[in-house]
Amino acid sequence: MKKIVALIRRTKLDVVKSALDEVGHHSMTITEVKGRGKQKGITEIYRGREYQIDLLPKVELMMVVDDADVERVVDTIMHGARTGEIGDGKIFVLPVDDVIRIRTGERGSDAL
Amino acid sequence: MVIAVLNSGDTAWMLISTALVILMTIPGLALFYSGLVKKENVLNTLFLSFVAYAVVSVLWFIYGYGAVFGSDIHGIIGIPTNPFFQGVIESHALYGTIPLGLYAVFEMAFAAITVALISGALVERMKFGAWMLFIPLWLTLVYLPVAHWVWGGGWLAQLGVLDFAGGIVVHINSGVAALALVLLLGPRQDKRLFPHQLTYSILGAGLLWIGWFGFNAGSALAAGQLATSAFIVTNTSAAVGLLVWMLIEYLRFGKVTLLGAASGAIAGLAAITPAAGFVNVMSAMVIGFGAAVVSYAAISYIKPRLGYDDALDVFGIHGFSGIWGVLAVGLFASPFINAAGTGLLYGNAHQLAVQALGIAVTFAYSFVVTLVIAKSIDLTIGLRVSSDDEQQGLDLATHDEIAYRI
Repeated sequence: MKKIVALIRRTKLDVVKSALDEVGHHSMTITEVKGRGKQKGITEIYRGREYQIDLLPKVELMMVVDDADVERVVDTIMHGARTGEIGDGKIFVLPVDDVIRIRTGERGSDAL
Repeated sequence: MVIAVLNSGDTAWMLISTALVILMTIPGLALFYSGLVKKENVLNTLFLSFVAYAVVSVLWFIYGYGAVFGSDIHGIIGIPTNPFFQGVIESHALYGTIPLGLYAVFEMAFAAITVALISGALVERMKFGAWMLFIPLWLTLVYLPVAHWVWGGGWLAQLGVLDFAGGIVVHINSGVAALALVLLLGPRQDKRLFPHQLTYSILGAGLLWIGWFGFNAGSALAAGQLATSAFIVTNTSAAVGLLVWMLIEYLRFGKVTLLGAASGAIAGLAAITPAAGFVNVMSAMVIGFGAAVVSYAAISYIKPRLGYDDALDVFGIHGFSGIWGVLAVGLFASPFINAAGTGLLYGNAHQLAVQALGIAVTFAYSFVVTLVIAKSIDLTIGLRVSSDDEQQGLDLATHDEIAYRI
């Protein structure tokens, strides 16, 4: 099993969610985050003073999937989230030791 | 001889005006300020206004009213002859066409907001105990004398200084005090202005704008032509101030901001305050225009250059626009609006000189005495919270409360 962490544009969340639904991957956790990479920051103005903000709001999408599904999920997210401009985001794939369903106590792939 | 009789129209209006002015502090000003601070300090910022209002409410009716409006001693201060306002309400005394008690509570609201205004400069770093000690000391040693000098028949009034609703007594007074206090308090660790909830500030600005009709039009003390005139010019100055600040921002940044617009409106309102019962609509437009320009300059050029951390621009907006407005009375006071005032535009150069004197005196007095008060508090209990508390945020550090529970 692998944990997939995707940092994507806020505007792409709905697209990615729908695309993942279509390939049968419904479960996920979303966090609103701020981050920076190659994308240029933004300017905010308060009381006549300009502030350069380089932390931009993004969405972090987290899913845990079977090893066999990783490539399909990664592809789906990539195609949904890509615009071709700097700031599209990144996907990380990490190993997972175990998964437990709290309600039933099932473990491993059965809990996914 | 005219015998004073209670006029229920005047009284009804003044009751409403009083409530409007109180609304300006709680929660108008409280909201305006709290939206501009970091979310960890929102409750403390609200609290500063609320507690100032409460303390002044109590002290005003013990001795405050009498010290301002009581029998004058050498033009310096009044004698509070009715401590705890004993017998005054029972006597059914009148002040013109309204109950004396109503005049007293109306004026109380002015004293309260003047103190609360100062809080905007010291947000995010002042000890709450120090603020609570500051309130009665500043009220007693600065507000009461200055108010007496200008409104209680004191020496500035005797010299002919005109201040319809508080350009000197409220705005310059609090603005200068704020400056003095922050010079001693020192700057915040994080001086950047990142309003955590600008919507509160806009709500607050709206409440202030509406409340200002009580502030300025209510200072006519009657429901009639002068109140109407004051109402109109108050609104005009605010609207022009708002638009001109937007224009300045557009020329400077190519963008207009909502905070800028609201700030321009407040500047316009502060500036028209001393002039509301003396000027016509055209003059009010000039006043609003000037207010946006001077306050914008104060915030964008003077403050950064001199380096003081007047966090929410109390001196920048109330101090500077107040000074402009008080001088504007000397320029634009029209005897056709109010027989009590004639300015340079109508052939009287003397008024301008008198206004300047009033400004200079108040500036010097408020600044020096505030410094002394603040220094005394600093030497006894200390003005400023610890560095750790400042970083944690005052809501939790000072009050064990958080505003936004996740």
